[in-house]
Amino acid sequence: MSGPSLMDSLFQRSLEDIIKGLRQQLIGEQAFISKALEEIRKEIKSTDLSTKSTALLKLSYLSNLHFHDLSFAAFHSLEVLSSPRFSHKKIAYHAISLSFHDSTPVLLLITNHLRKDLNSTNEFEVSLSLQCLSRIANVDLARDLTPEVFALLSSNKLYLRKRAVAVVLRVFEKYPDSVRVCFKRLVENLENSDPQILSAVVGVFSELACKDPRSYLPLAPEFYKILVDSKNNWISIKVLKIFSKLAPLERRLAKRVVEPICDLLRNTGAKSLLFECIRTVVTSLSEYESAVRLAVGKVREFLVDEDPNLKYLGLQALRIVAEKHLWAVSENKEVIIKSLSDADPNIKIESLRLVMAMVSEHNVSEISRVLVNYALKSDPVFCNEILGSILSTCSRNLYEIIVDFDWYVSLLGEMSRIPHCQTGEEIENQLIDIGLRVKDVRPELVRVARDLLIDPALLGNSFLHSVLSAAAWASGEYVEFSRNPLELMEALLQPRTSLLPSSIRTVYIQSAFKVLVFCLHTCFVRGGSIVPSASLNNLPAGVSASVSYESFDEFSVENGADASVVHGQTCASAPITKESIVNLLNLVELALGPLLGSYDVEVQERARNLLGFVDLTKPEVLNSAVQEKDDSEGKGVETSKIIKLMHDAFSKELGPVSLSAQGKVSLPDGLELKENLGDLEMICGDLEPPSSNAFSFGSSYEQKDGLSFSNLQIKEDSEQTNESTSLLAEHRKRHGLYYLPSGKSELVSNDYPPANDPTLQGDIDDNADNLVKITAESLVPKRKSNHGKPRPVVVKLDEVDEKHVAMKKPESRDDSLSGAVRDVLFGCEDAPPTLSQSNLSNKLSSKRKGKEKQHTDPHAESKENVIDDGNSSLRRKDHSHGKERRHRSPRKKNAEERKETNQKEKEKSRRHHGRHKSRQRAEEPLKVSAQTPVIPDFLL
Amino acid sequence: MIKAVMVMNTQGKTRLAKFYEYLPVEKQQELIRGVFAVLCSRAENVSNFIDAESIFGPDSRLVYKHFATLYFVFVFDSSENELAVLDLIQVFVETLDRCFKNVCELDVVFNYSKVHTILDEMIFGGQVVETSSSEIMKAVEEISKLEAASNAITLIPKSASGWRSR
Repeated sequence: MSGPSLMDSLFQRSLEDIIKGLRQQLIGEQAFISKALEEIRKEIKSTDLSTKSTALLKLSYLSNLHFHDLSFAAFHSLEVLSSPRFSHKKIAYHAISLSFHDSTPVLLLITNHLRKDLNSTNEFEVSLSLQCLSRIANVDLARDLTPEVFALLSSNKLYLRKRAVAVVLRVFEKYPDSVRVCFKRLVENLENSDPQILSAVVGVFSELACKDPRSYLPLAPEFYKILVDSKNNWISIKVLKIFSKLAPLERRLAKRVVEPICDLLRNTGAKSLLFECIRTVVTSLSEYESAVRLAVGKVREFLVDEDPNLKYLGLQALRIVAEKHLWAVSENKEVIIKSLSDADPNIKIESLRLVMAMVSEHNVSEISRVLVNYALKSDPVFCNEILGSILSTCSRNLYEIIVDFDWYVSLLGEMSRIPHCQTGEEIENQLIDIGLRVKDVRPELVRVARDLLIDPALLGNSFLHSVLSAAAWASGEYVEFSRNPLELMEALLQPRTSLLPSSIRTVYIQSAFKVLVFCLHTCFVRGGSIVPSASLNNLPAGVSASVSYESFDEFSVENGADASVVHGQTCASAPITKESIVNLLNLVELALGPLLGSYDVEVQERARNLLGFVDLTKPEVLNSAVQEKDDSEGKGVETSKIIKLMHDAFSKELGPVSLSAQGKVSLPDGLELKENLGDLEMICGDLEPPSSNAFSFGSSYEQKDGLSFSNLQIKEDSEQTNESTSLLAEHRKRHGLYYLPSGKSELVSNDYPPANDPTLQGDIDDNADNLVKITAESLVPKRKSNHGKPRPVVVKLDEVDEKHVAMKKPESRDDSLSGAVRDVLFGCEDAPPTLSQSNLSNKLSSKRKGKEKQHTDPHAESKENVIDDGNSSLRRKDHSHGKERRHRSPRKKNAEERKETNQKEKEKSRRHHGRHKSRQRAEEPLKVSAQTPVIPDFLL
Repeated sequence: MIKAVMVMNTQGKTRLAKFYEYLPVEKQQELIRGVFAVLCSRAENVSNFIDAESIFGPDSRLVYKHFATLYFVFVFDSSENELAVLDLIQVFVETLDRCFKNVCELDVVFNYSKVHTILDEMIFGGQVVETSSSEIMKAVEEISKLEAASNAITLIPKSASGWRSR
């Protein structure tokens, strides 16, 4: 590509031509732009600065509005920048602030250009250069140009001075050491009478105070003056922002500012300032009841205002209040509920959050009812917002606010049927979680699950699949509570299950397996009717009323004959007769047969397991069906053995497992985890085929999936089993190293009582007082008495809670900027205190001591300490403070000492910094001796 | 601090974009699209806020105003007051209106540099430095004069201007 000719320069298209061309769209936007870019690439290489700058302007335009990268022109921008003409400079600065960033290679070449322009006599050139600096400054630029910025901070042109003040923010952020140079002048500008300068300075301080409020506490008197005197709303808003950060750090300051802020609150006509006052009061002054009352009163005005903006902000303010003053929310309940149907989605969501803030264990069911109705009516997005917040609120802290779990489980079922529901996964998790944690809710859970499973329409909704998976799992796991397992089986095997993804189909098949085993067990081993197992006694009376209480002897194998008698008693349950079992087995074969060829291995394997079981039991069942009750001994016994074995395999309860459970298992002696297992192959060689059976004795859940089938084989062939057992024993003797010690599992289970510890359960049933005692931790006793039905036990694992606490620990941040600021503000107090100053501080400390005696509130005390820490250098010289320190608890003292050493270290490191700093230091005491006496005076 | 200012029309075409922290152009485009997607779904006469945290990350707020065919969007963080920023949009639009005498979308389209100049007079590195539209106008006029003057010199060769001043 050759350079641009004279003709190119003469007939160069201007930016306006480009814009017009783009609008005409003769050749399509993209084509036009790429053609223009091609021209620009040529033109930008021109030696004529006018041509170059026009090209750059066009490029900036395309970059800014059509998002084309202009980084290739970085050097060209610098060339244009060197032009003496203002218009060229302006174009170049614009391009630079659009495209330069910290890793732009030519960034450092700009320093001298910037310096030159910062020293220009043309204020608009200086302004351009400052603007650019505020956008692109990095460490080097900030360091190199600090002197220029410093000079401009006291420029007599207001236009420049306020810009210099604003640029300081970026310079401080990038090069904290510049604080030592510029901070004093910045503070001086706080006393400037010009509102524009003041606005800029206060703006900078509000940004700085956002990042590290503590460092700016000593400036509180200046800010206070501005707060009281200012007539400019912008400035007042910014000062309020600063105080909302400072007030929580210092009680006395909060006490001092609360009145002026309330005055503003009462008298201001500007909504923006009014809102800022409200926000300051509710975030930072929330312990001043009267101020909060006043603010909430104003919030109410916002809420009923026509302007949706005010309504929205009012709701937001209420949400902040709600954390500490829930009454403010309840007072405005009607407005909030009405806002749920507002046209504005923001307002709806905000009011939803407030409604959720009002939820307590008393009203959770009413509020959820109202919200679910809203969810039915509203658009999909908000509907899911509602459902999501119900779910998260109710599950908070392990379902803390739920007392009636039966209600909650049926609510979950209802929620999943809402047409727009997309929160299936959360519902799934909660259904399973509740099933595991709350034993008493299981019958209701199974009922809800059944209702979901038998509805073929639900299978078509892919958002519900995860809910269905939970329902299938629950109905399989807790099948003993089912009224009609046969119906359940049909639901699990219905043809439309082919719509499910395979991962969920496997759950269906596995659940079908459990249901089948249960049916067979009931029919053949226990005798015909569905009787919930031993846990029946723990059921609330209402639920189990329709179910027979008659308990059956585990070994009454021949009871099949009495089946009809039992049927009479269990009116609600469907009878399980032998014919129905045969039908069931046929159904399984019919439904799962095709799945043997499934492409999904999991589906195939589980189907195969189940069909294998059916194959095994079917002949016996048919036999016994034909023979009726004649020969229930003999082969029948064999079958029932198998069934019983399978039933036992499934009957072990599952409990929730703590996340840190693994860590609690102590490493048993002799367990070599780091041993090289290279010789394992040789050992495995010793193991003969029957070994595959050898592992399947446990009845734990993990094993029952894949190996259950082989379980059966063992029982069938006891000889073989014995053989393998002896083989195993022998093997164990030889290679004991690779086995866990036999005592170990007991040891572990001692550490972890099973989720629903039967002994615990028993205690509760025996003694109602005990229940109160156990649940008292989570429920206020006064409330407790209100419930007709006691809250069921929710299994909790304390580790989970601990972890939350540990994670919430705030990190103490101490970056270099705040360090520098503190150095400037506090470091000067090293200077010998003047007479008046020491008097004051003596007075201060004695008053403070008195105060500390009054305030037993540890919170308050720690805040005072904070101030002391800041003044630690001062305190070291102050005797009365020494006394005070003795009062402190050792822990606090440690923390303080640590801070002090930190500070010392910081000071040490500062000494390395060199000359200009020590020069600065020399200036500082002057300033501070004028300032420090004001602080204690003000703070008291 | 103000994080970004955007002006876009009701078709989603960007008319002005200013980010006060460096962002690659692709990211800018993505953000603007994200904002537009929310804006265009909003009805008239609803509040001027949208949830910005989902688009711009934590601690960001967004207010917008809809004038004729244009959306004016300001993104900022917790150190600005929402209602004050709404007023600021008003100031910006008023200034445009004074500058272009009854401003319309075309003015913004064809006066790329000038609109940027106006905005730069108001907001400096994310900080609001001027809220009076007459002050802004004054500065913008001076800058335009300066630009015109520095361009005018191009028309007359240096030797000629030297000859004239003699």
